[in-house]
Amino acid sequence: MKRLFQRAALAVAFALGGFSALAQTPPTVLIVGQIAEPKSLDPHAVTATNDFRILVNLYDGLVRYKDGTLEVEPALAESWTISEDGRTYTFKLRKGVKFHDGSDFNADAVKFNFDRMLKDDHPFHDTGPFPLSFNFSAVEAVNVVDDSTVEFKLNEPFAPFLSNLAYPTGLIVSPTAVEEHGKDFGRHPSGTGPFKFAEWQSNQLVAAERNDEYWDGAPTLEAVVFRPITDANTRVAEMLAGGIDIMVEVPPDNLAAFRSDANLKVVEQAGPHVWFAILNTKEGPFADKRVRQAANFAVNKETLVNDVLQGTATVAAGPIPPAFNWVESSVEPYPHDPERAKKLLDEAGVESPKVTFYVAEGGSGMLNPVTMGAAIQADLQSVGFDVAIETYEWNTFLGRVNEGLEGKADMAEMAWMTNDPDTVPYLTLRTEASPENGGFNSGYYSNPQVDDLLAKARSSTEQAERAELYARVQEIVHEDAPWLFVANWKQNAVTTAAVQGFELQPSFLLHLKNVSK
Amino acid sequence: MSAYVAKRLLSVIPVLFGLSIIVFLVMSMIPGDPATAILGAYATPENVERINRDLGLDKPLVQQYFIWIGNVLQGDFGRSFALNRPVLDEVTERFQATLILAGVSLVLCSVVGLVAGVISAVRQFGWADKVITFVVLAGISMPSFWLGLILILLFAVKWRLLPASGMYAIYGGGDFKDLLLHLVLPALTLAVVAAGVIARLTRAAMLEVLRQDFIRTARAKGLSERRVIYRHAFRAALVSVIPIIGIQAGFVLGGAVYIETVFQWPGIGAMLVNAISTRDILLVQGGVLVVAASYVLFNLAADLLQTMLDPRIGS
Repeated sequence: MKRLFQRAALAVAFALGGFSALAQTPPTVLIVGQIAEPKSLDPHAVTATNDFRILVNLYDGLVRYKDGTLEVEPALAESWTISEDGRTYTFKLRKGVKFHDGSDFNADAVKFNFDRMLKDDHPFHDTGPFPLSFNFSAVEAVNVVDDSTVEFKLNEPFAPFLSNLAYPTGLIVSPTAVEEHGKDFGRHPSGTGPFKFAEWQSNQLVAAERNDEYWDGAPTLEAVVFRPITDANTRVAEMLAGGIDIMVEVPPDNLAAFRSDANLKVVEQAGPHVWFAILNTKEGPFADKRVRQAANFAVNKETLVNDVLQGTATVAAGPIPPAFNWVESSVEPYPHDPERAKKLLDEAGVESPKVTFYVAEGGSGMLNPVTMGAAIQADLQSVGFDVAIETYEWNTFLGRVNEGLEGKADMAEMAWMTNDPDTVPYLTLRTEASPENGGFNSGYYSNPQVDDLLAKARSSTEQAERAELYARVQEIVHEDAPWLFVANWKQNAVTTAAVQGFELQPSFLLHLKNVSK
Repeated sequence: MSAYVAKRLLSVIPVLFGLSIIVFLVMSMIPGDPATAILGAYATPENVERINRDLGLDKPLVQQYFIWIGNVLQGDFGRSFALNRPVLDEVTERFQATLILAGVSLVLCSVVGLVAGVISAVRQFGWADKVITFVVLAGISMPSFWLGLILILLFAVKWRLLPASGMYAIYGGGDFKDLLLHLVLPALTLAVVAAGVIARLTRAAMLEVLRQDFIRTARAKGLSERRVIYRHAFRAALVSVIPIIGIQAGFVLGGAVYIETVFQWPGIGAMLVNAISTRDILLVQGGVLVVAASYVLFNLAADLLQTMLDPRIGS
């Protein structure tokens, strides 16, 4: 009997030993907990930050963002020149770089990449669709000058061109691999990046191993594994159980617990994100600027970012996020001042204005839209607004908001993440960008001065000049208040204490080359 | 018998056909489209139109349906918009994972449910019956996603006995033992409610049978109580419990949707949730057809089993 007992105890101990070893991640392999399975590993075919986080480790672009900034520096291109008229960009390419499949990176490869995306008659255009190719719609032609020189002809001067090249849509894929795999290239990716694609198991993992020949120095890690874990609670549990080394997009509720755990490190970084509510400036109460300002004074954004978002965001002052630190703006957010809001409503002569407020159930970059919506509603009610919320599922929501708010709603939540200060105001605040013209100005804001400044900033190739112009835009739009400015999100991640050299980038991308553990 | 099976199998075809039309209609009626889902915030009418054209979604709905069904009849289920991959590849891969999870949990809930139900009936109003009834009610009432999370927190986070999520270990796993370890928590969570239902119904069926004349006759013949219960009563009760198990198979397949999400099990349920939210109509079609077909097959199997146990039905 005693013997039997001993044996059982041994078996249990053995089993436990065997099990707990499971939760250990191997020393030179980094396991990253992602929020979803990637759609494709073809950088030109995807739109989600979640996918970009993998892609920037497999591919390089001609240029990239300098570590910790949103400024552009050389990558596959060693240098470039811009013509006087701002319409010709000539890139000198790095020599001797090879794609993971062994083929050469050269000017022909660069041309192939952009022609595939932009030309309907390109033999591999059908390997798309390429949803973000409009980032390069200014590109008229890509010309091969010699093997290591390539020239981009633009149809108009377009300042955001370089930062669009640094964005994942500008990553360079191997033409040979595209030719070989066709539509399935997204499952058989080949680039020049620090890690080589190894394996993709549906909804389980994407694995990539070290590229020993990497032109910018081989990574320390032997391999990285990206695991999709869609349920946020499960992701948190997996982090606590030791099944992953890094977790991105930590739910605000769990941050405090992670912070107090000595075995974990919390990393934060402000990004070029802005969360706001579009106000309908064409009709209804928000057609009056004073009412729009009243809304901005009425809402307690400090409470929103500190309590609802648990400190994972800062209060937004205007349309341009502070992450673009080269834009020097002194505009301060609207303070929380209900008395002033009431006064403005009195001046405007409106009494308990009725407002229909579109709220999203979820969605990319929307943070916590339902709770945020309810908190905003409560603040607006307390100064006299009469707010009715209508909640929609994300895709339905986008469909309704993007076609314009006229006749339907007075305000709608929205969030944007960008790579250049041009993008958001250009797409959402110009007179020309109305929904009828295919733009995103769903609230019909129109100020000729802003239109003018944006046009100028877009065609200037001098960063200092652009910085001044955007600072002016920030100031005017803040004053006109076509939006309820709410928050700039700080992205976050958690790593185990063993992970070294991990940093989040303002671009929201995840560079793992210099990480070790 | 084989004619009966053939007839039942043939009757699946119109069901699947009708279902495919319903799925097509419903998917086209819900607001939003794949292009908007792909483009997100960048969904301008212009961009949406461009993507729709590239995906062949600019054609009239009826034409789209006939193109699709024509291709399906030739074995081509199309490509998933969102995953950029043939629907058939994705569905087959994911369905295997679901079959493993649903199969194991169906066996688990049947065995546990039947045993608990029989004990409960035989010891009616005794302490065993009371304990079982209490546990069963608790099991039925518990939301499974909540139970799943609690099990993860206890077994994976606190005690570190079992993996928290996934189907195989990321590193060094991949064998049968690894699979079993990953199966324990999701299969258990998925089985709890179904086991409760089966236990309740088995108890009721057993009580019903135990009151009947042939049981009294068997007891009067002097058969042992064990023999009376397991050879006579249980077999008779099983006839009315088997179809319930067939229905539970559908429940288990349906329940896999959220259990798979909680445990990040790479199955077809989690795939469908994603496919619907990205308006990936072809992937939804493929997934629904496979799930529906397997549901029909599960039920057919249950019916056949019932026929074998109860000769009155077959004739």
